[in-house]
Amino acid sequence: MSKKQGRQTIVFASPPLISSWASLVGPKEGEGPWGEDFDQVLHDYLYDEQTWEKAESKMLKEAVKQAISKRYYQPSEIELLISGDLLNQIVSANYAARELSIPFLGMYGACSTMAESMLTAAMAVDGGFFSCVVAAVSSHHYTAERQFRTPTEQGVQKSATSQWTATAAGAVLLEAVPGGNPRITSATIGQVIDMGQSDAANMGSAMAPAAVKTIKAHFDDLNRSPDYYDLIVTGDLGKVGMALAQELFIREGLLPQPNYSDCGVLLYNDRQDVNSGGSGCGSSAAMLCGPILKKMSEGRINRLLLVATGALMSPTTSFQGETIPSIAHAVALENI
Amino acid sequence: MDSLSERLKQAEIDEYNQLIKKIEPKPPVIKNCIWAFIVGGLICVFGQLIINFLMSNGWNQTDAGSGASVILIFLAALFTGLGLYDELGKYAGAGSIVPITGFANAIVASAMEFKREGYIFGVGARIFSVAGPTLVFGFTIAVFIGLLNILFTK
Repeated sequence: MSKKQGRQTIVFASPPLISSWASLVGPKEGEGPWGEDFDQVLHDYLYDEQTWEKAESKMLKEAVKQAISKRYYQPSEIELLISGDLLNQIVSANYAARELSIPFLGMYGACSTMAESMLTAAMAVDGGFFSCVVAAVSSHHYTAERQFRTPTEQGVQKSATSQWTATAAGAVLLEAVPGGNPRITSATIGQVIDMGQSDAANMGSAMAPAAVKTIKAHFDDLNRSPDYYDLIVTGDLGKVGMALAQELFIREGLLPQPNYSDCGVLLYNDRQDVNSGGSGCGSSAAMLCGPILKKMSEGRINRLLLVATGALMSPTTSFQGETIPSIAHAVALENI
Repeated sequence: MDSLSERLKQAEIDEYNQLIKKIEPKPPVIKNCIWAFIVGGLICVFGQLIINFLMSNGWNQTDAGSGASVILIFLAALFTGLGLYDELGKYAGAGSIVPITGFANAIVASAMEFKREGYIFGVGARIFSVAGPTLVFGFTIAVFIGLLNILFTK
């Protein structure tokens, strides 16, 4: 029997258990509203390394290590690592995998990589190929800034729609074991949507339609109404993208209005000078592997839809005048 | 058929652009202008004070101007290195980019940024990654004006 339902959604026959998780965040994220909920808050952006790139890779590696050590596993006992990040050639993930010696699949979905990795990992586990898989992602403010924008010490004024790439890494361990919660019950694979936006300082606007389209497809495919979930969170739309998404929900006829928020808005408080909000793979990863999964394990959230959003452009295509294609993948986490 | 679906897509994009325009926050133009005016003005006043000081010490107008530029560039480079110039730029915007200090900031910031890739492929290759266009077109215009000067004077 096919596990696919509708056009884009997969429903897991034996939903994989999220048996443990871990998050590491940078100093700024630690000063935000959820500082207490992360496993580790770094004191500086270099994390005792020579370069920011090395620091990011180390954060990713440590997140994986911490997640698996909570279940008393050694890296050699993990069957598969599915991981990605924002940098060219996903180097943070590649170099972390070099150290960890776990069979490795690299992922790139820009800031949607957490959901992409999790749904791929869940398919690998539910498909019976693996029984113990880690999905992990990272982003780092300064590595992203220098790759996608301007040198960090250059005095430029940011627009109110721009976002702050989160310095964060998150990892979840998926296992095929009976008993326990939360579990990944279904997932919706997004389409690439391009609504003609080309301002790289306003990615929330580019990504909001992709997020709404995926959420709409999820509800259509599963015949669910939006109040099925206690919380729907998008990955990094920011304040601007979130406001747009709420408008688009109404236009798409998603009723009742879902209980909706955005990780990029939640991750920082208003005084932290992040303009529209957080972004990057780490935005959804940190919120999920920090406060959200904690609340799920306490039973304060029982049904969650995580919709990580990614803007799939590069500086090269932006300079060539291309618009920003965007994607969103949804993963449903439930306490069964 | 194709043109119909293209037109539909375009209409959808237009409608979405309207929505964005309604929702996105307006840039605080007046506040930004005031900041830029004050900071840019202060940098220029400081430059003038240096010129006056140098001239009172017997420098001529041209030399004093060059001396002031050198001092401003040095200070901007220093404050970039100390990590302060980008904090100023956040508020001052054009006020700290347009004066010569902004140019120094762009070069030093690039040099600092790419130092970790080494002195040849990092600093050397990419030091003008931001300031490069200004140099290229500045030189081009200078040559052009020079040619005009030769053609039309005398």
